[in-house]
Amino acid sequence: MGLDAFGHDPFWLVIIKILAVFVFLIVSTILMIWFERRVVGRMQHRPGPNRYGPFGLLQSVADALKLALKEDIMPTLADKAVYFIAPIISIMCAFTAWAVIPFGPEVSIFGVRSPLQITDVPVAVLVVLACSGLGVYGIVLGGWASGSTYPLLGALRSAAQVISYEVALGLSIVAVFMLSGSMSTSEIVMSQGENPPIQLSLLGMELNFNVPGWYAILLLPSFIIFMISMVGETNRAPFDLPEAESELVGGFHTEYSSLKFAMFFLAEYINMFTVSAMCVTLFLGGWRAPWPISIWGEANTGWWPILWFLGKVWVFMFVFVWLRGTMPRLRYDQFMRLGWKVLIPLNLVWILVVAGVRVSTQQENGTTKTLVIGGVVLLAGAVILFYPRRKQYVEPATADLGLGGFPVPPLDLKVPPSPRTKKIEATREKASVGTDSKTDTTGEEG
Amino acid sequence: MTVTDVLVCALGAVSLGAALRVVTSKHLVRAGLWLVVALGSLAGVYLVLTAELLAWVQVLIYVGAVVVLMLFAVMLTRAPIGPSDDLDRAKVPGVLIGGGAGLGLAAVLVDAYRWREVGLSDVEPGDAGAMGREVFTSWVLPFELLSVLLLAALIGAIVVSRPDVGQRSR
Amino acid sequence: MSLSQWVPLVVLFTLATLFALFSVTIAPYIGPRRYNKAKLEAYECGIEPTPTPPGGSRFPVKFYLTAMLFIIFDIEIVFLYPWAVAFDSLGMFGFVEMLLFIVTVFVAYTYVWRRGGLDWD
Repeated sequence: MGLDAFGHDPFWLVIIKILAVFVFLIVSTILMIWFERRVVGRMQHRPGPNRYGPFGLLQSVADALKLALKEDIMPTLADKAVYFIAPIISIMCAFTAWAVIPFGPEVSIFGVRSPLQITDVPVAVLVVLACSGLGVYGIVLGGWASGSTYPLLGALRSAAQVISYEVALGLSIVAVFMLSGSMSTSEIVMSQGENPPIQLSLLGMELNFNVPGWYAILLLPSFIIFMISMVGETNRAPFDLPEAESELVGGFHTEYSSLKFAMFFLAEYINMFTVSAMCVTLFLGGWRAPWPISIWGEANTGWWPILWFLGKVWVFMFVFVWLRGTMPRLRYDQFMRLGWKVLIPLNLVWILVVAGVRVSTQQENGTTKTLVIGGVVLLAGAVILFYPRRKQYVEPATADLGLGGFPVPPLDLKVPPSPRTKKIEATREKASVGTDSKTDTTGEEG
Repeated sequence: MTVTDVLVCALGAVSLGAALRVVTSKHLVRAGLWLVVALGSLAGVYLVLTAELLAWVQVLIYVGAVVVLMLFAVMLTRAPIGPSDDLDRAKVPGVLIGGGAGLGLAAVLVDAYRWREVGLSDVEPGDAGAMGREVFTSWVLPFELLSVLLLAALIGAIVVSRPDVGQRSR
Repeated sequence: MSLSQWVPLVVLFTLATLFALFSVTIAPYIGPRRYNKAKLEAYECGIEPTPTPPGGSRFPVKFYLTAMLFIIFDIEIVFLYPWAVAFDSLGMFGFVEMLLFIVTVFVAYTYVWRRGGLDWD
């Protein structure tokens, strides 16, 4: 089954597949919200929602219905059109990424042989990346169009965070493409089914063994980096800085309510599923059965793979919840330092190492082989050697202590002028005051 | 007219219309959004012409990164957001320069291909493998030069955006 | 052949858009509408909305620099992808090429780091 298997579905089958994915995503989101609340509750020694339906399963359904029946608020200062478009962009990008996620191998649906995947293209992984990249627009525009300070700050933070970790995410999958020789999701899954034999000659000893096909094992550093950056990319704890309640209220969607808010919420959860599914597809063999089950010959045929796929995805969803239940939130500078100063250089060096090893196994000549491996080791060593140390903490010159060792507010505090006096000037440009002469006049009046 | 022809023409028209809105819009952020539409439909044209990798690179880089940078710039400087008179450009020179450049480029393109027809089925689809082999064999020099360009861009970004960095060098 | 692979993606995109458009459009009609002036103001935890955000009127330029760095690395990534896919057929030559490219970008990266462009505190 190659790429040629795609693009031949009759139209009704395309529609069925798409509707199935639609329903799957919405039901999963509802289930995930319940799951998250229950598991976090359990981790914090409380029961979590348990009133509506068995185990409180209907809680999220009730919440979703309630949310839809809430008042839809359009703030006076909002830029109406952009405020309206932003949640739509978020949803568009979140759903579209699922067009290339493989759920299973070829099966017969109502007599038509077709793969369990909406479609696949030679650049499928790039499509998913582009979708998550475009998702930034929903955040930036939503925060900006609200015409309020907190959402704007939250949007800037979110966007900076998403784009920072997108680089780490994008770099971590380069090694996968190198090994699979393809960017199509179904081919990457297929290529993880093989157990490539590896020959190593170390100091005259010949080692022959079969490596397991999953890239999570072959490319462990890539897998770890992907895992970290996918949490950063989806703005989840411990990287949920845009929603730092103590600083920014709710982040970029503070002003949103009702179904518009629900759209952002849905997109956020779908994005969690997307990155989990991508991680499963790229590193954990996609829909292929995990080891003990894979002994059973039928495991990778028919409809069974959907079960393995969903199982693996839900393992990641549990990890998301687990992280949220155990890890404290990082500070923004720590977070950015991790992304830019650790993940990206590590990634680049790792790519070169993989490339070096791969190119040296192709070489017949022993000297070239040694040279390449030596060069790569040298490079890695140089990076480790010159890796800058953390800045030393400098004790502040004067201890910032108030009365009796407790920090106190300044005693000559002046009450700022009431903002009401400035409100007369406030129009849509409110958020921009301060760049032109208008500020000066208002300042004098106040 | 095949499906491809219709799609290319339609997407081209969308791109052109959106581009016109970019330069006529008096609202900075809306102009940016129209730019997204223009660049996105250009990616659609690439896609229809089977340059798949190029199409998604266009989306990833131009739509997903460059315009985001522009929006960032607008927000960070907190430039006037609503319709503003600053964006009232002089019409006649703008039309002259823009039209001239557009016509010139179109002339070059038309002259390059004249009426030669290239069948879509004859060309190799521009997927990742094909692009990789092309770029890293025939077009090595531009590729390596690009790294120098990126170097210059980064240094420029630092120098322009952080005039204070000289003081805090370690 | 290759265009037909994209049709389902376009259909999914269209359906998702319609779904979002529908939800967002009906939202004001199915919910209650009770006018309250305070409700329509920007939410600032109960404080009167301030015309200028605290801490001056501009945001730190770091955000802009981050976006700039993002573009540079994004460009690097899109070159790495086709290189990785075609890696086996490029062999040694491709490896050395990319080594040069990455080293050059790394120089730029180190420069930014040294000048404090990656510091957020």
